Amino acid sequence: MFSNPDLLKFIFGRLTLESIPYHEPILVATFCGVAVGGIAMLALITYMKWWGPLWKDWITSVDHKKIGIMYIILAIVMLLRGFADALMMRAQQAMAFNGNEGIFPPHHYDQVFTAHGVIMIFFVAMPFVTGFMNFVVPLQIGARDVSFPFLNNFSFWMTTAGAIVVMISLFVGEFARTGWLAYPPLSGAEYSPGVGVDYYIWGLQVAGVGTTLSGINLIATIVKMRAPGMSFMKMPVFTWTSLCTNILIVATFPILTATLVLLSLDRYVGTNFFTNDLGGNPMMYINLIWIWGHPEVYILVLPAFGIFSEVVATFSGKRLFGYASMVYATCVIMILSYLVWLHHFFTMGSGASVNAFFGITTMIISIPTGAKIFNWLFTMYRGRIRYEVPMLWTVGFMVTFVIGGMTGVMLAVPPADFVLHNSLFLIAHFHNVIIGGVLFGLLAGVNYWFPKAFGFKLDPFWGKLSFWFWLVGFYFAFMPLYVLGLMGVTRRMSQFEDPSLQIWFIIAAFGAALIAAGIGCFLIQLVVSYIKREELKDETGDPWNGRTLEWSTSSPPPDYNFAFTPVVHDHDSWYDMKNRGYERPVKGYRPIHMPKNTGAGAILSALNLVLAFALIWYMWWLVVVSFVAILVVAIGHTFNYKRDFYITAEEVTAEENKRTELLAKQV
Amino acid sequence: MFPTLKRLCQLSMLPLLAALSGCDLVVMSPSGDIAVQQRDLIVVSVVLMLLIIVPVLFLTLYFAWHYRKSNTTAKYDPEWHHSTRLEVVIWAAPLAIIIALGAITWISTHKLDPYRPLDRLDAERNIPADAKPLTVEVVALDWKWLFFYPELGIATVNELAAPIDVPINFKLTSSSVMNSFYVPALAGQIYAMPGMETKLHAVINKEGVYDGFSANYSGPGFSHMRFKFHGLSNDGFNAWVAQVKQQGTALNRDTYLRLEKPSEKEPIRYYASADQDLYRAILNMCATPGKMCVDEMMHIDMMGGAGKESQENREKLKFDGAPIDINLRGHGPEEHSSSEPAPAASAPVAQNTSSMDMTHGNHSMSGMDMSKGGDAPAPKTN
Repeated sequence: MFSNPDLLKFIFGRLTLESIPYHEPILVATFCGVAVGGIAMLALITYMKWWGPLWKDWITSVDHKKIGIMYIILAIVMLLRGFADALMMRAQQAMAFNGNEGIFPPHHYDQVFTAHGVIMIFFVAMPFVTGFMNFVVPLQIGARDVSFPFLNNFSFWMTTAGAIVVMISLFVGEFARTGWLAYPPLSGAEYSPGVGVDYYIWGLQVAGVGTTLSGINLIATIVKMRAPGMSFMKMPVFTWTSLCTNILIVATFPILTATLVLLSLDRYVGTNFFTNDLGGNPMMYINLIWIWGHPEVYILVLPAFGIFSEVVATFSGKRLFGYASMVYATCVIMILSYLVWLHHFFTMGSGASVNAFFGITTMIISIPTGAKIFNWLFTMYRGRIRYEVPMLWTVGFMVTFVIGGMTGVMLAVPPADFVLHNSLFLIAHFHNVIIGGVLFGLLAGVNYWFPKAFGFKLDPFWGKLSFWFWLVGFYFAFMPLYVLGLMGVTRRMSQFEDPSLQIWFIIAAFGAALIAAGIGCFLIQLVVSYIKREELKDETGDPWNGRTLEWSTSSPPPDYNFAFTPVVHDHDSWYDMKNRGYERPVKGYRPIHMPKNTGAGAILSALNLVLAFALIWYMWWLVVVSFVAILVVAIGHTFNYKRDFYITAEEVTAEENKRTELLAKQV
Repeated sequence: MFPTLKRLCQLSMLPLLAALSGCDLVVMSPSGDIAVQQRDLIVVSVVLMLLIIVPVLFLTLYFAWHYRKSNTTAKYDPEWHHSTRLEVVIWAAPLAIIIALGAITWISTHKLDPYRPLDRLDAERNIPADAKPLTVEVVALDWKWLFFYPELGIATVNELAAPIDVPINFKLTSSSVMNSFYVPALAGQIYAMPGMETKLHAVINKEGVYDGFSANYSGPGFSHMRFKFHGLSNDGFNAWVAQVKQQGTALNRDTYLRLEKPSEKEPIRYYASADQDLYRAILNMCATPGKMCVDEMMHIDMMGGAGKESQENREKLKFDGAPIDINLRGHGPEEHSSSEPAPAASAPVAQNTSSMDMTHGNHSMSGMDMSKGGDAPAPKTN
């Protein structure tokens, strides 16, 4: 029966034994590592009887704090994968000279650089940023959760399902060999017939649902759930940047979804939107994908700007300079980010006026961005700067980002772009702003808000070590790429002919090794801090002498965040409350209305994962089954009326009394 | 003995060579006037931006140091957070620089528009009145470059040559996917895209051999999609043309269709003669017999479309060969290339070769004789 090829094909679609890359030693070794680690972890969870708590307290949790933490864990796990790809690329390019093939043949190397880009943007930077927005925003605006807690849980699991789709491609089949934006016709059915591009499409589509819904959720939260007295112009800057980011998400992710739908129609049902055939036009795809793609850059960097604004004010012990102009700058960047997409392809042959228009709009973005830099600068002016780890990241960012901004404006001049486009200069530029801007911000944020999330600070020694490795490693890894770009070296090359280039690639590989040490120190920092958690404990809830509302509650905050909704009179409201001699109420607690956990989000996302896998491998029966199952579960969930509960006044009183005791111990 | 010695010698020279040529920033020291102007633009924009970047970097480091916590002599003013005068400056200073840079951008983008014919040979010399530009038609193939010289009737693969101080008019297209034509020493790059034509105007001012390559990833053979660009004296160029004519073979549709198949590290090839119509056919994606040219279809559409008969043109407008196949079609380029001639589509092609020369006039009946063959093969499975 199993020798019947038609039946096999019916059951497994395109999936055959040959799809498993057991002849690739690197992948087999990786798989063994992952399998052993995975089994060990499952065994540990079983042995410690953690399955129950894991399901009850985390997987089904609708608590924005736990979801935020899970987003960040996802981002860190995926960072390790994406960075492994980066190390392999640097090794390949440092070796592949004089006829040496390096460690990969092109068809494998091309998957590595595609996966690196896709993973770093969609599954590292995005969940990292979303995690922070989830964790911090409700606390900063004095809310007890987001507007739609179930939707939040569902969004997280959809993002995770998308990440799993991309990870499966490592061991079953292959990933796209098209570059991270999968330009057609190369990504079309004719030139990429395998499953690689389908993995790309469905990974992003599944995760995209999560991102869009989470964007809607956070907009609603920020607009509707601010504490009384917190007008828009009294919101903390991180909340402002989150608002703008989520507006960008809601306005642009549907474009990505629609573009990928068109590409999938080309690949699955033979339409001709972007093909060479029958009047299709790949230029349309390139325009559409960048109409999403450029705002995406600001989706990532705006929250990082917000983090820096919080950090610089806190550690300078001073109000942020130019709050209003910071807010306007953020809004201007948000709007302008829609008007610059064409600068990603000046070389496609648009007319001079079109190119000049988009070049100039791009430069205009540097004005509000410059204003922001000045605002941080003048926040430090007449401050009293404490060099804790988050502040180190901030100063490192200010220096590094300015250089990246300058090279960005160079690339915005169309005739200059003609000689720099697609070169390693471009690669150096966007890593300069994404690492120097986004990633430095996220790591500053981890060090800044970690005590709020877990009740103890991160170990500063390993944090500082990590910072210096990252900073020096960054310059070693990317300054050579600027030089190589000026030597006319283009991106995505797997082999080189000119031996004089090699030395620069070796320096860059050394830089990547330093960054690896930086990541290593960060992981050690987490472990060391956990071991020394008693020593690093923060019982006040306000370890940095903070300024915004999240520091007014305990660390970690209780499930309900605030026993009484705070009343806001000024921005930097917690600083304002401390100044006015705020007395924390110690009695009169009332029951608190809370949303109830549900497994529906995780189950729906698991079914979506199955659906994506079935679509990738053409298992049509499974497509139908999983799609019907999704509908059944989704409709079934609407009949779940047990969605809320009350935390009783006694429980709140007990929780708050514990905090009262802790605070009394401090004095 | 000698070769080993020579190799040893070369080896010992390597670090020195590496250090020397390591400084060969071709983008910053190009040999063609367009690239020189683009280089100047980079320099000007950097200098303009440094006007603001340097003070910012200096102030960042100074404030970061001066206002450290341990320096208790520094003034501390926790409530100071606004200064209208300062705000005006921090918005106006970048604005002023962007106005200057924006003006430069507007002018230079028009002046250096790749579609604009040259108006000078270099900074000192205008174009002589009797100058006759050289036309080169460039086709990006998987994974090599084909150059037509229509005025000379020759064509080459992976080698480009031009006389110095003569304007070159490039017309570019691609046979399959997107590439970018880039000779850093000569001029900035421009995409080469299937079924479309882009243009580039440039001139080379110094004799020499320069690198050219694709600057847009186009598949597994991309890394080796490189060629040498020879900037030659007038005599040198004539000698080169003579050499191509002497050593070259003929490039017709058959040779082209064989050449077009994906291949890597293709050697240099010379063609003493090339079909006059071939570039136009490649551009319109109808080099394969039986395919309808894109311009022909556009003409039909312009005339109001072919109505019901347009269905019969369908197969002829599928340029990329085989339809989507339910089976996984392999990983490597080898399998890919074997599927290129599209066996499934060969039936209508064979019947239709006779009507190859059809003109615009008979479009409404085109494909009538192939309608039977048209639907038998090519099952469109998904």
